[in-house]
Amino acid sequence: MTKKIYLDNNATTPCDPRVVQKMLPYFHEISGNAASRNHPFGWQAEEAVDYARGQIADLIEVDPKEIIFTSGATEADNLALKGVFEMYKRKGNHIITLETEHKAVLDSCKKIEKMGGEVTYLPVKNDGIVDLEVLEKAIKDNTILVSVMYANNETGVIQPMKEIGEICKKHGVLFFSDAVQAVGKIPVKPKELGIHIMAFTAHKMYGPKGVGALFVNRKNPRVKVTAQMDGGGHERGMRSGTMNVPGIVGFGEAAAIAKKEMAQDAERLSKLRDKLEQAFLDSVEEVYPNGNRENRMPHVANISFKHVEGEGLMMTFNQTIALSSGSACTSASLEPSYVLVALGLGDDLAHSSLRFSLGRFNTEEEIDAVIDMVSKGVQHMRDLSPIWEMYKDGVDLESIEWSEH
Amino acid sequence: MAYSDKLLDHFKNPRNVGTLDKDSKSVGTGLVGAPECGDVMRLQIEVDDETKTIKDAKFKTFGCGSAIASSSLATEWLKGKSIDEAGSIDNMAIVEELALPPVKIHCSVLAEDAIKSAIKDYQEKNGLEVTVTESSHH
Repeated sequence: MTKKIYLDNNATTPCDPRVVQKMLPYFHEISGNAASRNHPFGWQAEEAVDYARGQIADLIEVDPKEIIFTSGATEADNLALKGVFEMYKRKGNHIITLETEHKAVLDSCKKIEKMGGEVTYLPVKNDGIVDLEVLEKAIKDNTILVSVMYANNETGVIQPMKEIGEICKKHGVLFFSDAVQAVGKIPVKPKELGIHIMAFTAHKMYGPKGVGALFVNRKNPRVKVTAQMDGGGHERGMRSGTMNVPGIVGFGEAAAIAKKEMAQDAERLSKLRDKLEQAFLDSVEEVYPNGNRENRMPHVANISFKHVEGEGLMMTFNQTIALSSGSACTSASLEPSYVLVALGLGDDLAHSSLRFSLGRFNTEEEIDAVIDMVSKGVQHMRDLSPIWEMYKDGVDLESIEWSEH
Repeated sequence: MAYSDKLLDHFKNPRNVGTLDKDSKSVGTGLVGAPECGDVMRLQIEVDDETKTIKDAKFKTFGCGSAIASSSLATEWLKGKSIDEAGSIDNMAIVEELALPPVKIHCSVLAEDAIKSAIKDYQEKNGLEVTVTESSHH
């Protein structure tokens, strides 16, 4: 059995061993509650949390007081959207977001609609990027918030954050971004971009699972979100709950490492990603990269292999290579990826997609092995595929009356 | 989701992959599913004129591992069967044999449909009474 290869870093990244080392003392030796103000155990824990808060603030160049710790990005998304809606609903009830957002944003927005909010879900262009004119036109008198993800989890496509920030400023609406896939991988500076609130998480940047953060701007404008959990009033009253001290320490260390190594990681991974993508384009027929290839994360490639079903394809190598597909068969819903469908892909190409997301621990040998195994898998599946045979025989697939089920 | 060894074997070493002459009178072809749905099965049977039994069966499938394994298994079961026996193959037998998880039951339904559709094509070509009705599971 060959060594397993992990190319699903957009789902989660392995925790960096340096991060694990920093966390370990905080499980037993330094095990106080950061909110215990009356003894050294609490002080030590609080000190560790403050230090980590500083490391994280330093990574995104904000004030440490603007970092609110949460259990992860899903909670941070929920807190941002519902918290803004509750805090500002007297000013207006309208929120603008994109069809390609993460479910944590979309489902929070659906909940807000049930709470009396009005939400506009904007389409994206075929390259996955929002049309700025369409975005600006969608802003109305009762709009309080624009929510646009920094980089998409499926395609890696990066939105024009600075331009969106300017539009939001011009119209006096708040700008929230789910920046989970971007922070720690590329330089993200919310203050320079006009982002007022931003969600991100440790486990997508080689930190531990179970800890995330919400950046909330404190000055010009001073933003507040209504707490979504009642309790001890931690985190300046915005997020109650005992601090996850080991997790926060790990998050801080992951941020410090990212600040130091992100540029070299990005350069190395983009070369490997380009090698992978180019190999398929050069040697496999009917290969379609999805999403804008200039404005995207350096470590992500989303590729459709026409007339091959994604989950079946993954089964040819999933004992060795871990990655994701936009195929319906990987979800319980039997619907293909809504993100790829929003990019205008037909359902058939959406079913045929694989997402390769590289990370700090991938090597060139691994990428070479992946090129080989995936190419062979595509061949295996096409040898089995009646529609590939028809396509090769020149049959117009559109002319066939399929029995849709 | 862990798949059964039988399913994985049919997926990795699919039986009876190929194409029969769809214009031959002794061949029945069933093409079911749609690319948009992520599943297309083409299953063909060749019927022996004298014994009226299925002497060969071939398939090609675009789909997930369960769809490929279901159609591979179906071709194995079809060989040597009479038309009536073939027409009575039930999707639940496929589910059981391959231990398909609940979200993959539709793959077995598609295989049953492909069998019935191939039989229907053969019977119509040869002016015989059509003895199968395609399921309306989907």
